[in-house]
Amino acid sequence: MAGSRLDPWLGSYASRARSMSASEIRSLFAVASRPEVVSLAGGMPFVQALSVDDIADSVAAMIRTKGAVALQYGSGQGDTTLREQIANEVVAPVGISAHPDDVVVTTGSQMALDLVVRVFCDPGDVVLVEAPSYVGALGVFRAYECDIVHVAMDEEGLSPNALEDAIAAVIASGRRPKLIYTIPSFHNPAGVTQGPLRRTQILEIANRHSILVLEDDPYGLLGFDGPYADGAAPRAMRADDSQGVVYLGSFSKTIASGLRVGWAIAPHGVREKLVLAAESAILCPSNFSQLTVSDYLATQPWTDQIKTFRELYRERRDALLESLEAMMPRGTSWTVPEGGFYSWVTLPEGLDSRAMLPRAVAALVAYVPGTGFFVDGTGTESLRLSYCYPEPDRIREGVRRLAGVVESELTLVNTFGSAGHHADSGQQTPSPDVA
Amino acid sequence: MTPADMHILVLAGGLSAERDVSLRSGRRVAEALRDGGHIVEVADIDSGLLDRLKSDPPAAVVPLVHGAAGEDGALRDVLDALNIVYVGSTGDACRAAFDKPAAAARMRSHGINVPPSVALPHSTFRDLGATSVLDAFASSLGLPLVVKPTRGGSALGVSIVNDIQELSAAMVGAFAYGDIVMLEQYIRGVEIAVSILDDGTTATALPAVEIQPDAMFYDYQCRYTAGATEFFVPARLDVSVIESASEIALAAHRELGLRDWSRADMIVDSAGQVHVLEMCVAPGMTETSLYPQAVIAAGFDLGDITARLVRTAIDRAKS
Repeated sequence: MAGSRLDPWLGSYASRARSMSASEIRSLFAVASRPEVVSLAGGMPFVQALSVDDIADSVAAMIRTKGAVALQYGSGQGDTTLREQIANEVVAPVGISAHPDDVVVTTGSQMALDLVVRVFCDPGDVVLVEAPSYVGALGVFRAYECDIVHVAMDEEGLSPNALEDAIAAVIASGRRPKLIYTIPSFHNPAGVTQGPLRRTQILEIANRHSILVLEDDPYGLLGFDGPYADGAAPRAMRADDSQGVVYLGSFSKTIASGLRVGWAIAPHGVREKLVLAAESAILCPSNFSQLTVSDYLATQPWTDQIKTFRELYRERRDALLESLEAMMPRGTSWTVPEGGFYSWVTLPEGLDSRAMLPRAVAALVAYVPGTGFFVDGTGTESLRLSYCYPEPDRIREGVRRLAGVVESELTLVNTFGSAGHHADSGQQTPSPDVA
Repeated sequence: MTPADMHILVLAGGLSAERDVSLRSGRRVAEALRDGGHIVEVADIDSGLLDRLKSDPPAAVVPLVHGAAGEDGALRDVLDALNIVYVGSTGDACRAAFDKPAAAARMRSHGINVPPSVALPHSTFRDLGATSVLDAFASSLGLPLVVKPTRGGSALGVSIVNDIQELSAAMVGAFAYGDIVMLEQYIRGVEIAVSILDDGTTATALPAVEIQPDAMFYDYQCRYTAGATEFFVPARLDVSVIESASEIALAAHRELGLRDWSRADMIVDSAGQVHVLEMCVAPGMTETSLYPQAVIAAGFDLGDITARLVRTAIDRAKS
């Protein structure tokens, strides 16, 4: 006698859907949306710093003058004016010189990432990613059934030596890596930045092995310390190699994530395929959102707004680092980001960030366990803290709570001589709406 | 009173690790009630709730908050203090059932078969030495052992330990969810759930649901991922065993002083003996939960059942 599995389509799902399941960890993130919880988990930009009135005026003017276009289908490649603005203005600070025809506008850069993987990767193809890497990218690579290989990082990001070794190992197995996926500036989640020499070395390796570099740069304009303290942006890898790099950019962090407008800048042949892939996926990106962004860029002081964001995030980064220094137990270490949203924290020896999360949520503080940024189960000793959304006082309170949680966990581990058990699989990071 | 006259407030959410499950339970029950023509709102447990209850008292509250926030009795005590009518067990009964060692002791004292267990705080292990204490209980209770927090549901923090080497990690994992951890003898057998529907005059056991998870035990993933568990309703057991399980579930419901609805989670061993693992005072009502499956198997409708219990609660308050 057959029972019921409560899903009549169970036998019809693609194999890639097998890992899509409920997760104990994800259930904990549901609590993080409550105001009592200091969420250092989600990477939500602080859109409250925008002038809503200015945006409302801009949108109202746009819809009055271009409503018929904004509410209609558009080009699969994206609005021409917006592509001109991206090519001529937005990517200039990172050193990219591009023609508007090189730009493909997408529904957030996440979609650009999806399109690139769609046109390059067959199931089983090897993709090289940093260790740790952006969870959203790992999700895309998994969805296309790529073989994801992590490559070690150091304090300056992706390690060239480790990259050489990883490529050699893949080649020795009779395969060739298809992509090197990297976030060179203000890395998510590691919070580190590749210097100019490091970028040159990685490009040289990629060129020598004919591997396309996928450069993800959502935070490039949000530097606030070190060489980037005066607003200078790290030079993009694409600026020095227009044929070997696909560059992904986004307005999510520099204007507003709710608009869902990003882009890819790609070599001619790649761009043609991305446009066709975009058309098959969504026909075209939202004209409404594109024209909103385009008018905002044309009529609002957007570079001043980015300066505001940079100062705001610097203040929050400082609150985080000062609190970590003052409160975290000995044996804890963390990266010092010079821009972006994140610091990568390494816990005292023996602790497991994933097993510790329920205790943290009960103490009303949330973070993302390090395991979410790996596909191989590693990262247990680390966690990602985001400082972008909570105000500085809340960040300090969050770290105070987290320090108490780590102290308690240390006591437990000292008693039992072991980190906690976690049998849970499934999605290990919060949904996009949870900060 | 027509359904449209009966303003019902479903409470769901809260700050526990079961918040997501609770929100899903709340949405489902609210939808089922609305299908019956009732005016239903869903509210979270937050600092605005009491003002809302005082300024616009509903005809009845349906608390579907899982975890300590909704099941440890405190919320029900507050509702009583405000003279708010609600569906479900009283604060005292919730306290008796939600704390697993207390519930086990009480059921045991009434002759209900529950697995042997101990519940210990961290300090016991710290003071006496974890290895020695764990060795002692691994010997007395035997392996495998079920390690679980004493308060909470959805199998959060629960592990089944086959090897003593795994015990320490399981303890740390369970302590992440609470201050006291229970070590319980693992009973090998068929897992079933018997849901109780109690209209105040008659308590009825709904058809037993047999649970066959794809994983080693009915963990969080198997509970809330459609397809990850196979359910058999009625359970594939001898009629006499099912009858026995139903009687035991009713006895547990009665002896713990529960009312309206509850769910007994049980194991039937190879000898046909029924062991009660725990009683749930706010049964899950999600798309994959056990109580709604039992309701449907009994030929009822979840909205009708809930509305019936709402009327029972209102009548109870009047009397």
